[in-house]
Amino acid sequence: MIAIIDYNAGNTRSVINALQRLGANPILTADPKVILSADKVILPGVGHAATAMEALHERNLVDTIKAVKVPFLGVCLGMQIMLEFSEEGDVACLGLVPGTVTKFKSETEKIPHMGWNTVIPTDDALMKDIDDHAYFYFVHSYYVPKDQYTIAETSYILPFCAAMRKDHYWGVQFHPEKSASVGEKLLQNFLNI
Amino acid sequence: MLTKRIIPCLDIKDGRTVKGTNFVALRDAGDPVELAATYAEAGADELVFLDISATHEGRTTLIDLVKKVGAVINIPFSVGGGINSKEIVYDILQSGADKVSVNSSAIARPALIEEISTAFGVQCVIVAIDAKCVDGQWMVHTHGGRKNVGLDLFEWAQQAESRGAGEILFTSMDHDGTKDGYALEALQKLNDLVNIPVIASGGAGKKEDFLDVLHGNIAQAALAASVFHYQEIKIPELKRYLADNGISIRI
Repeated sequence: MIAIIDYNAGNTRSVINALQRLGANPILTADPKVILSADKVILPGVGHAATAMEALHERNLVDTIKAVKVPFLGVCLGMQIMLEFSEEGDVACLGLVPGTVTKFKSETEKIPHMGWNTVIPTDDALMKDIDDHAYFYFVHSYYVPKDQYTIAETSYILPFCAAMRKDHYWGVQFHPEKSASVGEKLLQNFLNI
Repeated sequence: MLTKRIIPCLDIKDGRTVKGTNFVALRDAGDPVELAATYAEAGADELVFLDISATHEGRTTLIDLVKKVGAVINIPFSVGGGINSKEIVYDILQSGADKVSVNSSAIARPALIEEISTAFGVQCVIVAIDAKCVDGQWMVHTHGGRKNVGLDLFEWAQQAESRGAGEILFTSMDHDGTKDGYALEALQKLNDLVNIPVIASGGAGKKEDFLDVLHGNIAQAALAASVFHYQEIKIPELKRYLADNGISIRI
């Protein structure tokens, strides 16, 4: 069973739709018992980091998420709040993966980074059969800097982390649920882990 | 590298696409779900749905439509037309849309932009602006171009950005329907003024028009309706042409 954490994130329906197209049967839940009995857990998210953390605290989900032992995937803002801290609202986040979420700064480039961009994957189960320079759909104004947990990178203003992994925690900055067939391939990879 | 976006626009009334299409492959040219799926398959980067229903029943149908589209479509899509509260936005986003576009409601009450972006993030707010050039000045219009609201295009776009718009969709009423190319000069000025992405709309008639508007820094995306609906331009051929001419585009 795949649990999608329910904390009023905006893209929940899209993630459910994408998983259903793959034949999976995700359950949207804020119940710790259901989340901790799942085979896989997905943390969706669009919007604001501080608002998202507040919503997780309100539902007493922070300790639950930290207790998850199965493959876990954060999407977009869901990935960003897996880190220790976000500059978006200067908020302490889940701390599942070390690092700080940083604001894009540019005099010349548009912010948010919005649209389809190329991703350079590394050898990881989540990125299996994803082509070098495959196109994924991004929309974000903050980014995760590249570090040893980066398993795919993208360039906009600077090279940054497009996907990350630490132990059983995975995160993707782009929206696989909106990235056409290549996004579906990545979600299928997660289901196969 | 970030690519430029090609965006077909579908006008919706009471849950059906209004402008006809001559897609021979479609069983039902009026079915927006089928048309949207066709565009997604053809390589559209994003879709825009514009609801022109005037009635409450039409609105209810719209939510059902968003749910159906979301279940089928694996690319981003926005929904606009008559959106005047964050409660409606919540329903639309929860039904599976990624963004909403606001136009005359935001002109009537600019705080609407802040309300939506604060609640759901700037990434989901497109501020759509219809404008035409009046005595050398680009003026914002509503009611299909009939009413000059007395706002300067560039000032309104900057205000929209400062209030939390994530994108500007600028339609030139002077170019819309002419098939004679986009409003390049106004778009260039607009794109230089705002720091958020600009979607160009109005005037697409041939592949060269897309090349003209997508090269350099004039616009981040190009929207069109009839040239796609009537298959005067096919999206795979258009994207190949743009790529061959040096535009960063998703093939």
